Amino acid sequence: MNLDIGSLFEITINWLTEYGEGFFDFVAMVIESVVTGCYSALTFPHPWVAIGIFTALAYYTAKRGVAAFTLLGMALIFHMGLWTATMESLALVLTAVLIALVIGVPIGIWASKSDTVDHIARPILDFMQTLPAFVYLIPAVLFFRLGEVPGVIATLIFSLPPAVRLTSLGIRQVPSDMREAAISFGSTGSQILFKVELPVALPTIMAGINQTIMLALSMVVIAGMIGAGGLGNEVLKGITQLKIDLGFEAGISIVVLAIYLDRVTQALAKRATGR
Amino acid sequence: MEEKITVKGLYKIFGKAPHRAFPLLEKGHSKSEILQQTGCTVGIDNATFSVAPGETFVVMGLSGSGKSTIIRCLNRLIEPTAGEVWVDGENVLEASSKHLLALRRTKMSMVFQNFGLLPHRSVLKNVEYGLEVCGEDSANRTGKAMAALDLVGLVGYESSMPSELSGGMQQRVGLARALANSPEILLMDEAFSALDPLIRTQMQDELIDLQDRMRKTIVFITHDLDEALKLGDRIAIMKDGKIVQIGTPEDILTNPMDDYVRAFVQNVDKTRIITAGAIKRKAPAIVTPKDGPRVAIRHMEKHGMSFIFVIDHQRQLLGILTIEDALELEKTKQKDILLKVKQTDVYVGTEDTPISDLLPTAVSTKYPIVIQSSSGKFAGVVDRSSVLAEVQKCLERDNAPVPLNELAGTD
Repeated sequence: MNLDIGSLFEITINWLTEYGEGFFDFVAMVIESVVTGCYSALTFPHPWVAIGIFTALAYYTAKRGVAAFTLLGMALIFHMGLWTATMESLALVLTAVLIALVIGVPIGIWASKSDTVDHIARPILDFMQTLPAFVYLIPAVLFFRLGEVPGVIATLIFSLPPAVRLTSLGIRQVPSDMREAAISFGSTGSQILFKVELPVALPTIMAGINQTIMLALSMVVIAGMIGAGGLGNEVLKGITQLKIDLGFEAGISIVVLAIYLDRVTQALAKRATGR
Repeated sequence: MEEKITVKGLYKIFGKAPHRAFPLLEKGHSKSEILQQTGCTVGIDNATFSVAPGETFVVMGLSGSGKSTIIRCLNRLIEPTAGEVWVDGENVLEASSKHLLALRRTKMSMVFQNFGLLPHRSVLKNVEYGLEVCGEDSANRTGKAMAALDLVGLVGYESSMPSELSGGMQQRVGLARALANSPEILLMDEAFSALDPLIRTQMQDELIDLQDRMRKTIVFITHDLDEALKLGDRIAIMKDGKIVQIGTPEDILTNPMDDYVRAFVQNVDKTRIITAGAIKRKAPAIVTPKDGPRVAIRHMEKHGMSFIFVIDHQRQLLGILTIEDALELEKTKQKDILLKVKQTDVYVGTEDTPISDLLPTAVSTKYPIVIQSSSGKFAGVVDRSSVLAEVQKCLERDNAPVPLNELAGTD
């Protein structure tokens, strides 16, 4: 006898679409307002001003070389006429990362404290990371319709795991004598967490955030397929309309964005380690 | 005096089924049998001891003997399976979690083998940690932390990060952090074991100095017998979770309870541990200046001696009077023996002088060595024969030369 898992999944999804509508609408509203907020903030200043701010940020966190790269790369994006699309993608990535951290870091902390939670979370995270994105794109569209919101959800599913995993790992790796010292001086549980565990685990947590951002960026094109817009949309246009130049330009923009975000977050992580 | 810490019948069994291991333990099964039958590891097996206020109590044992477990049971970093831990007349094991926090914050602090410093905090912020979790305000905190840093000689390093300091200095920070709360009890878990030998000796000396000034109650864990003998007022020796023997360093060295302890102490140079105070005896006769030469001569004749020690009414040593000088004083009808009291050739030691240091003097001196108490009073004498006898006793004689005839006779 064949166990029909596929149809079971389908039934569940259908049931959720029918009865979970209110909930999904609420989630959609929250996500949409965050994305819009990010987008407005990013496009509010003139592109040159924004480029200046990005460059200054790179200069103060990372090295001069990164700042120079930022200036040139972003200027190139602006020159190619992809500034708005890039900012749309950035807003989407930032929203997904923000939500991933808000959800992922507390779960990571919980998983570090409880082996049961860790055992439950581990296979779910594996599932989230390895399930082909297209499989959950369909239910995401069913729940949230086309647009940015399912894009954020799909990105979130793919990029959340490292935030959980590395937070948990970082806290578990806090040397036991530091924890014992904290307990022996009469620290409460939350004092241990905030004064010892999180600060000591910060470099590892920062590495997790960096991974989350990188994974989120890698979903830009796939998110574009369900109407999330941005650079993903431009790449898809390039593919479907055989506009090699447009596809290439949008691709380069994604790379520039990726390198920028990676270097800046890595520099921040390094700063957390070097204290 | 009221004991500061009392531990009664303490047990710690690690593993999933301590209730199954416990009866076996009481029946006298060994640690490995219990591990085989129940999968539980016996950490501490019926430990009982007490520590007096101001005492340095050393728990010594090899790794796996349960010494680190025992110290963690005192502040409940490890929850004991059974037993009682009393600190200042209250049972720590029955304290509520709130009370336990207060106990850890005010009464006892711990120093760790690997320091346990927080890498993201400066030296000062590390030392402030204990005060910070109590909710002390920042000005008070800094004041107390600076005072603690001053005690350990680290003023000037307060803004350094722990990673910038050497091991010895890091452990000073650990010590300062423990002292900042001004606890009555210091728990030191192999505090100096991670340091290299030179720095370790230096830190031991400094701890002895600090202890002279502060008189804390210290429980010190070590695997190093020399360290135990140097620091401990009393030492507990542990093996397989049991306390094998408790006693002063001299007790342990001179009366090892069993072969385990004997094996431990056999390589120790006992002549460095046994002190003059232990082998001194009363001088057979002493005189004070108000006794005349005639009294002195009578004393000497009675005890068959050719000299006599002269002390003042506060029992301070003035010198020595020989029989010849006493006779001459009597002949010239002089009453004041101070005229002939001499101080050359008279050697003075303290009760803490180890007999290894007495030996060279004892062999060459004409007169017994005078032993003074810490307040400088005449406490007794040590003569050549008693030093030699003690050295003889201390030496390991397993491989002493054997007379040839005995060797031949055993054939």
